[in-house]
Amino acid sequence: MNISSVAVSGEAPAPADAVRPMLDIQDLSKGFTLHAADRRVRGCERISLSIAPGEFVGITGRSGSGKSTILKCIYRTNLPETGSIWYDSAAFGMVDLARLDERRVIYLRNYEIGYISQFLDCVPRTTAREIVEASAAEAFDDPRVIESETVRMLEHFDFPRELWDLYPNTFSGGEKLRLNIARAMVRRPRLLLLDEPTASLDNASKVKVRDLIEQLKEGGTTMLGIFHDLEFMEGVCDREYNMQAGEMR
Amino acid sequence: MVTPQTTPVPVEHVFCDDAPVLKVCGLSKRFGAGCPYCADPRAELERNICPVCGTVHAVRNVSLEVHPGEILGIVGESGSGKSTLMQCLYFDQDPTEGDMRVAAFDGGAANCFDVSRQQQRYIRDRIFGMVYQNPYLGLRMNFSSLSNIAEKQIAAGVRDVHHMVRRGEELLERVKIPLRRKQDPPRAFSGGMQQRVQIAKALSNEPPMLFLDEVTTGLDLSVQARVLDLILQLRRDLGVSMVVVSHDLGVIRLLADRTIVMLDGQVIEHGLTDQIMQDPQHAYTQELVYSLL
Repeated sequence: MNISSVAVSGEAPAPADAVRPMLDIQDLSKGFTLHAADRRVRGCERISLSIAPGEFVGITGRSGSGKSTILKCIYRTNLPETGSIWYDSAAFGMVDLARLDERRVIYLRNYEIGYISQFLDCVPRTTAREIVEASAAEAFDDPRVIESETVRMLEHFDFPRELWDLYPNTFSGGEKLRLNIARAMVRRPRLLLLDEPTASLDNASKVKVRDLIEQLKEGGTTMLGIFHDLEFMEGVCDREYNMQAGEMR
Repeated sequence: MVTPQTTPVPVEHVFCDDAPVLKVCGLSKRFGAGCPYCADPRAELERNICPVCGTVHAVRNVSLEVHPGEILGIVGESGSGKSTLMQCLYFDQDPTEGDMRVAAFDGGAANCFDVSRQQQRYIRDRIFGMVYQNPYLGLRMNFSSLSNIAEKQIAAGVRDVHHMVRRGEELLERVKIPLRRKQDPPRAFSGGMQQRVQIAKALSNEPPMLFLDEVTTGLDLSVQARVLDLILQLRRDLGVSMVVVSHDLGVIRLLADRTIVMLDGQVIEHGLTDQIMQDPQHAYTQELVYSLL
C-alpha cells in the first residue's frame, strides 16, 4: 500500500510546466455549530490535498473521522469555514469552490462535478430509466441521443433490464448504486466524488463497483473517493489518505 | 469494451450570467403607521410586532433574485411573512417599500411597484402566473374549468374563441383533468383537481414566472406527488422560473434549486437547497430541519 504524505498547506503555486491539478484543497476546516445543544461538532481540520487530472485518490478512515465532510465541502452541500478548494473548471478556469456563488456551483454540479453516495435520492414515482434520462437531458439536447445514452449507460453498468421501467423502491443496495452511478456518469463529469459507494454491499457487488471504477479511470475521469475498507481500495487508487479525528495522517 | 467517454460528445454548455427574470430589493410590508422606534431596521421587535406602536412588520427588507429556469424555495413557519411576500410580488398587496425589476417588462428598467395599475395588471396577466394556497382565491368556483382558463387568456388579450378552447383543453390534458369534465365548475372538483385547474389557468398565457403558494398543502400524498411531477415537468419542458412557498421541507427539497428561510418577516438564511437541509447555519433553520420526518 502506498500512503503518500500530506501536502504542505499553503504551498507555492506549481511551476508552469507541471500538470495543473484538477483539484487543490488548501487548509480546509469545517465544523458544525449546533445551536440547540450549544455545541461544536468537529468535521475536518486543516485538510490539504491535491489531485491531478485523471487521478483516483482514495480516503479511508473510521466512521466520524470527517471523510464525508471533505467531499460535501467540495460539492458545497456543506459550507466550508476556512481554507480554499481550488478547482480547475472547464467553464470558469480556476475557481474556489469554498466561495463560488450558488448559481455557478449549480452549473458545475450539472455539467462538471458528479457526486455518488450509497443512497439513491430521487423524485418519487420515477422509473430507473426516467431517472437516468432526466440526468442525460442536462448534457444532451437531442431526444434520440438522450434515449440512446440512457440505454447505453444502463447496459454498460449491467443494470438488470427487467428493472428499467420500475420505481427504485424495491431495488437492492447494489442495484440502487449502479443506477446512481449510471445517473452520474451519463453526464460525463470531469470530477467524480464517491461517498462510500461500497458500504452495505456484498463482496460480489463490491467487485462489480471496483470494475466500474476501473472503467471510469480508464476513461480519464478524475475521482476522489471515500472507502471504509482498505482491501477494496488496493490496486485501484493512485494515492490513499487516511483520516483520523478530522485530520489527515 | 465501451468506455463512458466515447461518442456522442455532450452539448457544449456555456454558463450564461444572464439577468435575473425577477429581482427584488429591500421589500418591506408594514401593517400600521410605524413609529420612530421601529423605523430603525435594527430595532428589536416582539417577533414581528413593534413593542412601541404595535405595527406589524410582516415582511422586512427582503431581497431575492430568480434566474431563468430556476426554482427558488421559500420556507418558514406560519406567520413568517411568506404569503404576504408572495402577494406583494403578485400585486395583490402594495408593499410599504421596495424595488422589483422584471426582465420581461421593459427589460427591467422600471421599478414595477411604482408603475401604473394598468401596467401592473399587464405584468400580472402576461408575465406572472399565480397558484394560491386557497383555490377560492385563484378560481371562479361557479364557472366551468375551461372558462376559468379562458379568463386569464382574455385578460392577456386573446380574443379567438377557438384558440382559447384549444389551449384550454391542451392545458387540462397536461394537468391530467379528464376532458369530459372540462365544462364542470371547479367547486365540483376535489382539492387536488382544483389545484391542478389553478396551475392550468396560471400557465394559459405561458408566463416566464410562476408563483406557487403552498400548492400541495392539504393534498394527500399521491395527489401531492402528481402535482409535484407536473411542476417539475413544466420546468423541464417550458423552462418556467418559479418561486415556491411551502412549509413542507420535503416539497422544497424536491423542487427548489436555492432556498430562502424566513422568520418573523426577515430572511435569516439562504443557500443551495441541499446545503440548507444538511448544513443549516441559523438556530431556527436547524430546528426546522431537524424536525423533518
